[in-house]
Parts: sequence; structure tokens; C-alpha cells
Amino acid sequence: MAKKTRGQRIRPLDKDFGCAHTEIMLQLSGNKDQVEAPHRSLVDLRKGDAAVLDRIDLPGEDARRLMELGFVPGTRVTAGNSAPGGDPRVFQVDGSEIALRRDTARRMKVRADRNAKPHKARETPRTP
Amino acid sequence: MSDCSDCHGCGNAAANTAVGELPRPASVRTVALVGPPNSGKTTLFNRLTGLRQKVANFPGVTVEQHTGIAELADGRSVSIVDLPGIYSLHPRSEDEQVAYDVLHGARDGTPKPEAVLLVLDSTNLGRHLMLAAPILALGLPTLIILNMADDLRSRGGKLDLRKLAHELGAPVTLISARGGEGVEEVFDFLAGAMAKPMPTLLPVLHDVPKCREWAGSVGSKAGYLPPIAPKWTRRLDAVFLHPVAGPLLFLVIVVGVIRTIFMAALPLSNAAQSAIAVSGKWIAATLPPSLATSLIVDGVWKGVGSVLVFLPQVLLLFLFIGILEDSGYLARAALIADRTMARVGLQGKSFIPLLSAYGCAVPAILATRTIENKRDRIATILIAPFMTCSARLPVYALLIAAFIPDRHLIGSVITAQVAALLGLYAIGFLAAVVTARLLKSSVLKSAQAPFVLEMPSYRWPTVHSLGLRLLDRAKVFLQRAGTVILLVTVVLWVMAHVPYSGGHEPIEQSLAGTMGRTIEPLIKPLGFNWKIGIGLITSLAARETIISTLGTIYGMDPDSQGMDLQKALRQDLTLGGAVALLIFFAFAMQCMSTVAVVRRETGGWMWPILQFSYMGVLAYVGAFIAFHAIG
Repeated sequence: MAKKTRGQRIRPLDKDFGCAHTEIMLQLSGNKDQVEAPHRSLVDLRKGDAAVLDRIDLPGEDARRLMELGFVPGTRVTAGNSAPGGDPRVFQVDGSEIALRRDTARRMKVRADRNAKPHKARETPRTP
Repeated sequence: MSDCSDCHGCGNAAANTAVGELPRPASVRTVALVGPPNSGKTTLFNRLTGLRQKVANFPGVTVEQHTGIAELADGRSVSIVDLPGIYSLHPRSEDEQVAYDVLHGARDGTPKPEAVLLVLDSTNLGRHLMLAAPILALGLPTLIILNMADDLRSRGGKLDLRKLAHELGAPVTLISARGGEGVEEVFDFLAGAMAKPMPTLLPVLHDVPKCREWAGSVGSKAGYLPPIAPKWTRRLDAVFLHPVAGPLLFLVIVVGVIRTIFMAALPLSNAAQSAIAVSGKWIAATLPPSLATSLIVDGVWKGVGSVLVFLPQVLLLFLFIGILEDSGYLARAALIADRTMARVGLQGKSFIPLLSAYGCAVPAILATRTIENKRDRIATILIAPFMTCSARLPVYALLIAAFIPDRHLIGSVITAQVAALLGLYAIGFLAAVVTARLLKSSVLKSAQAPFVLEMPSYRWPTVHSLGLRLLDRAKVFLQRAGTVILLVTVVLWVMAHVPYSGGHEPIEQSLAGTMGRTIEPLIKPLGFNWKIGIGLITSLAARETIISTLGTIYGMDPDSQGMDLQKALRQDLTLGGAVALLIFFAFAMQCMSTVAVVRRETGGWMWPILQFSYMGVLAYVGAFIAFHAIG
């Protein structure tokens, strides 16, 4: 919902301050990829990919329900199996598996997961 | 159980009840069961009250509040209200509204609960604890029940209950509602003093990220170690949601279920049918020929009996539905079918009510309460009766066995008869899909709500729970046969004897015959004669009544008295007429309970009347085309 300037702010769930600091440093260093990253959405994740949810571009009530299901900005989301054709897709978030249609997933913007293992960890660990 | 009385601390249990208890009025305490969807509230409810509300492994099974009485060890009782699952106290759909209203004492007929049993899934505590905030904020005495203790342990999760209770300011208990572990502690709470929760620092309730943060910190302070991902669920999903194998398995399951229902139960039903015909003759010969004998033999025995023989098919169908629901496969099926649903403009959530409509349309229409969008909900209600319900199954089985040759079509796996049954299931589904498309592109157009479906972990369906389901369904089936169908059949028998003129007048001249012949011109173009016409009229009460009706009519007719129903039917219907009748039953809305429930759920007569007429016209046109195409 009301999510303002990205990057300038520590993730609500972040306990590891040092890491967040690194992120700010990266952004300040003018890394363009990193700035462009928020325009990616859940749709762009392939099976097994993980990313951090940045914001939900949906009407307040819909966004609220998604957050109640675990899609709170700042949470790590991993793409899982999907129905034939890739729509809808199951996402692993906050200890559950939730299926979303492509239309919904497209409105959920993500940024790169800083803690991710170097490229394509098949079975990603669950969020605590 | 008996140790419940110990918690008061007095040794003399007998005197305890009289002295230690406040002089409460005769009214019993009301306690509400609250929790997120699929956290096991109803399983616990059934354990506490000994009732048998429907339980299954997908979110949103309970859509109404159910009240039951829990008997405490000291003889008192507590009224338990089972509520539909909620994620928060911000209701979005009808079922969530029910939970909200009951908790706030705004639901007629249900007193405001004095205490709350909050059921959370211990394997996913991080997220489920979010609900604790708004519930504790209600200020009612609350017991926090962490369910699925067995899963938590087997997957290596743990937490410190004492610390969690301290953090939340309310008692916490870890139970397994399925296995029964720890349920006595819930009874202890119900018997105890039920203190209000201690004041704790709660987050701002409408700020979900804040609530999640709070839940996370409470969890970590209580040393919560989330369990590892369910290994088997991942493995099974790799197969069931495989891009190629998944849909293929889906098809195999559907075909397999229908084939088994037809092939496994058919010999049983056939044998029972001939037995009824033969024994009917025998009873008629033993008893003195009188009107009473005719009522017993033709009305009750051949009429109601001919419906009862389809019990094996119906139970087999419910066994399969039970396995699909309890295992958690249903949510995967909904996922696979979502593409089709999206194409016709419905959301994936519509699929679960539609699947349960294969059992019966009435609970399916109630289950649409989980659909948040009003227009989507009405569209789903309107198409649900097209799904082949268990009441159609006996009619299909009878007509197919009588008219479709038992030829191999694709090896011995799919015979012509199985293919016919599959075809009937398919055209019902097709009619539903086309109707939905029409509705959603015209009167019920709406913006697409975001589709969200939780995938539950797979579980083994227990023999116990499946057995209970079958027992309940058998009861429902027998009840219908013993009430609606028996009544209609007896009334029909009477009408077939009026005007009375000695007992041997042809049925054609009776009141029932006149009724059938009155509508005969209308149904002649479909290949039906007046006997089928009578059956069509009585089947308005409930579909399978046509079988009992024909059983009675053929039983009274001297020409067909000794035959079994299939043989007698072959005298009255051509193949074209039989197919027309099948199509008619596939489309028509011959079920008063469905009409009544649609009226209740849509809040008026407009939709049920529209639906009834639409389905009737479709049935007529479909049957007409079928009869003239086959001839």
C-alpha cells in the first residue's frame, strides 16, 4: 500500500542491519541494474527463482488480502510449480504455497534478493 | 476426561460441582472457534462436540456457523460455535462476514460468545499468529490452540509454549485435533475460569505489515523454529503439477473415477434390480390380492426399491470425492482447471464449489459464499446445477444400462457405456461453461478479482473420516428414499387408482394417466410417451424419483409386471428417446431443494425462476435435437 521511496528505508522485517546498509551502498554506487530491478514483477520469476517483494500495485483491499496471505512487502517470494501454460503459478511465501493468476502476479513488483545463493538455487530455503 | 475436575484444585470432586461453581443461570456459555482457513477448526469442533460437520483438506469448507454442545467432565456443558475461516477481522466474503458477525454478537440466533478458541496451524505460525492480534484485541477470554502438533514435530519444528503464552498474555496449548492429542487441555480451558487475556502490546490492527512484524517477533521470542517444507507435498506436486503429466493425470483420474463408478457398481445394481422384480412377484403371490398388497408391492417395493439399488454407485462417487477432498488434490485440480475458468470469465475459486456440485448442488451453492465478488458468485450459483450431481447418476446408470450396448470402444478400458456416461458428465460441464461465458459477458460482467488460492499440504485421507462421510451420505440417500421419494410414489400410486372402479382399470384412465396424457403432446416431439411424462412431472421433486415412478407404473401395468425396469423401459422408449431423456436430465433443473437454496442465497425469486426456465428450455431443445438426430 503506502510504500514510499525504495532503498532509502530498512525493510520492516529486516533484523540484519548490515545487509541493508550494503544495499544502500550499492544503489548509491549507481548500479543501474539494481535501480531497474523494482520494475520486475513476480511474473518474471522462473521456477525456483526467488526475489523480495517490493510493492503491490493493486487496489487497497486486494493488496490487503494478499498481505494477509503473506505477501508483505519485504518478504522473500519463491516461484514454484504452475498450471499448464504457466498460469496460475504457485508461489512460496511466508511458509505457505499460494497460487496467483498472471494478472495478479504482474502487479506485484519485486527486487533482487540480496541474500540469494549465486544464481538459481533449485530448492530455495523457506522464509522463517 | 475425569482429570478435568482436578483443575479446580479441590480433592472432593463430588462436592466440587455444587460448591466451587458460581451459581450460573441455566443458560450455557457460548465459546467460538476462530482461526484462519484450513487450520482444523471443524476437526476440533467435531472432537469437542461429537458432531460430524464436514471436514476436508482445502480452505473454505465451513461457510456457515455451526453450534454444538461440548459435555464437560463435571456434567456442565458449553455451547461451541464453529466459524468459517478468517484471515483477519476485515470480512471480504459472505463466509467471513458470518464469522465477523458472530464474534461481535450481531448474528441473530447466535449469542455473543463469552470466550474464544483461536485455532492456528502450528506449522505456519509466523503468518497465522497475525490473527491473534485482532482476536486478542476483542478482550474476550481466549485459548490459543496450536493445531497439527504431529506435523510440526515430524517436520522438525518447535517452540516454547510457556514463552509464547507469556508474550500473548493468554494460555497456549499445542494439540493435534486429528489425532486427539492435547484435546483434554481444551476441555480444561472450557471447564476453568476463563480469564480475560493479560494486556499486551498489540500492533495497529489495520496495518498488515506491522501485524506481520509483531507476529514474527512474538514467534521468535517464543523460540519458534518453523518446520522444514513438507517433503512429500513437494514431491507429489512435482508430478501433479507437472506441465504434461499433471493435466494427463487429471484426465486419468476423472475417467478412472467414472469408469469405476459404472463398471464396479453396475453388476451389483443389476442384480438387485432383478431381485426386486422377482421378489415383487413373489410377495404379490404370497399376500392376498388387495389394494394394500398393490400399494406395498407396486408403490413401495418396486417404486422406492428401484431407487435404492443405486446406493452402491452413489457411495462410490462420494468415496472418490472424499479422497480427492481430504488428500488436498482438489486445490491442485482447481489450479489446473483455472485456465478454463478464466476463459469463461470466472475465477478459480468458482471451481471448488463446482467440483462439489458433482456430489450435490445444494452444498455447492452454499460453498459459493467463499467467492468475494457478488457477480462471480451469482454466476457460479447459476451454473452449479449443470454439474452432474449424484441424483442424476441413478437415472443415467439405468438408462445407459438399458439402451447403450456393452461394446468395447477403446480396448476394454472404455466401453460404449462408460463413454456414454463420460459424455453426459462432459455435456453438463460444457453447458455450465457456455452459460458462464454468456452470463459473464453480459448481465454479470465484472472486473476480475485477483485470484488467490492456498495450496494445502497433502495428507492421507483417514479410513475413519472416509467411513464417516460414506455413512452420512448413505443416511442422506436413504432418508430421501424414505421421505420425498416414498411420499411422491405413494401419492402417485393413489392417483393411479383414482377414479376407483374395482381395481383393474388401466392406469391410462386414472388421474395419474390423465396427467401424463395431458402433457403428452408437449413431450411427444422428444420421443416420450405419457408414462415418461408422469415420471418427468414427479422428478421435479427430485431427479431420481422418475425411477421410482416408472417402477410403480410398470409394476401396476399387467403387460410389464414381471419384467425388470430395464426391459420394461425398452418397450416404451426408442434409442433416440432414451438419449433424449438422458440429455433432458443432463440440462433440466429438476430439484426443488436446489431451487429453494438458490432463492435463499440470491435473496429473491428472480434468479431461481430465470435459472429454472433457462435450464428447462435448454433441456427441451437438447432433447428435441437428440431425438431427431438419432431417430
